[in-house]
Amino acid sequence: MTLYTGTVVTVRPKSRVWRSIGENALYALGLPFLLLVVWGVWSTISPQKFFPGPIEIIQAFVDTWIGPQFFVDVVPSLARLGLGIVLSIAIGITAGTVIGSIRWLRELLEPTLEFFRAIPPPVLIPVVVLLLGITDATKVIVIVSGAIWPILLNTIEGVRATDAVMTETARSFGITRWQRLRYLVLPAASPQIMAGVRQGLSVALILMVISEMFSSSSGLGYRITYFQRNYLIAEMWSGILLLGLIGVLLATIFGIVERRVLSWYHGIKEVERA
Amino acid sequence: MARRSPRSLRSLRKAVLGVAGLLGFLLTWQLIPTLGIISPEYLPYATETLARLADDLRDLAFWRAVGQTMTSWAIGLTIASVAAIALGTVIGLIPFLRRATHTTVEFLRPIPSVALIPLAVLVYGIQMQAALVIIVFASFWQVFVQVLYGVADVDAVARDTARSFGLSRSSRVVNLVLPTALPYLMTGLRLAAAVALILAITAEMVIGNPGVGRLIALSGSAADWVGLYALVIVTGLLGLTINLLFRVIERRSLAWHQSVRGEEVL
Repeated sequence: MTLYTGTVVTVRPKSRVWRSIGENALYALGLPFLLLVVWGVWSTISPQKFFPGPIEIIQAFVDTWIGPQFFVDVVPSLARLGLGIVLSIAIGITAGTVIGSIRWLRELLEPTLEFFRAIPPPVLIPVVVLLLGITDATKVIVIVSGAIWPILLNTIEGVRATDAVMTETARSFGITRWQRLRYLVLPAASPQIMAGVRQGLSVALILMVISEMFSSSSGLGYRITYFQRNYLIAEMWSGILLLGLIGVLLATIFGIVERRVLSWYHGIKEVERA
Repeated sequence: MARRSPRSLRSLRKAVLGVAGLLGFLLTWQLIPTLGIISPEYLPYATETLARLADDLRDLAFWRAVGQTMTSWAIGLTIASVAAIALGTVIGLIPFLRRATHTTVEFLRPIPSVALIPLAVLVYGIQMQAALVIIVFASFWQVFVQVLYGVADVDAVARDTARSFGLSRSSRVVNLVLPTALPYLMTGLRLAAAVALILAITAEMVIGNPGVGRLIALSGSAADWVGLYALVIVTGLLGLTINLLFRVIERRSLAWHQSVRGEEVL
């Protein structure tokens, strides 16, 4: 299984390269295009009250979100989301590293932390609102209070599982605690940490929307609910589309970061598989 | 050197420390309102909350709400898993479909399912179906993606061997694809079960269909803070139970697999 051989790469002739790019583009865009066409045709043949056609939705999207509305509703939401994510990652990784490297502390805290992770995050919204009132900071704290648990617990687990031989080798070579952390523990834990961050991101996005649906007078979640309550169907769909785009954007950014941080790890995996 | 003490002693120490941690947490909780750091009006005493929790557990209406939440959880998870397994297997086994659906899947998957709440409310109103739409959408992708990876992970040599031994297509699926994909499927199911609970309770809070989530929203608007804290603990216990249950199922069904056996040896 662990034969260290790579696959043989042969250079293709140029004309074939162009053909394969065209083919890839066809594969990538074919189905989405087909689905949009079917949806468009279907909605013109039999107009549904709650399912407007794609052209109508895009029209509503341009009218609703491009312009001053973008700065009133979208930018504050995204700022809170970004701040919440950054805080969750920073606190989660710092606390996780400390807890993970001290054994008695880890065994003391792990069951309690597992319990907090098991609480469905939106349930915490009324509690945080009760304790802090409704402010911008509350919404950020709501996001942190839900998104931090997978990051924290995965960091603890990753730090704990650092290879014992490597730790002892590093120690006997007289590498300082700080350097061990920087060059051994954190890299070794990074696949676990990134998996936690991925879960944290989707929780953060859910909490951003829900906290605005609950108690807010601005923001994306509020605006979409407002459209729904006033039967502005195409506008509501445009909001759903915007949230989808934000989700895709987050996933893309995460994918790029992950590939950078874990390039060594994916490399090892590939070698092991070949 | 690290393993000089016997195993049982280590796990005893772990259990004792874990319980001590939980007790410490409850004690801290009790002390915060007692010392007046946060007014007991906003953060009720731990003892008071646990007493309310015990009251709730004797209340039939409470158990009915739990039942309603778990019903929509179970229905949603089942629909999502069956659909995801069927579609994932077919798409994963046929390279053409795999390539053709890739971008569509990558676009649909990150859409936060709560974005669909307004749509579900419009179409179904305050009913369980509205919650089901959201639960199914959220948990479907968790299983689907794992099945897709799992089916694609079949070892090339094993596949060719099976083929040259003349195994039929269906027996290849049962004897080769299924065992390869099972660990992935189990991971997917465990994640989906947790996500489905989150969305079931969220839907009840936001849409207002009956269940634990609606009780939380109600006690929030009725300023019954003790009840609110007790219900938050209940949701945590539900989540914990589901996690443990699916971990047990995972271990049982993968008892033959390296990842489970490996842990036993160490």
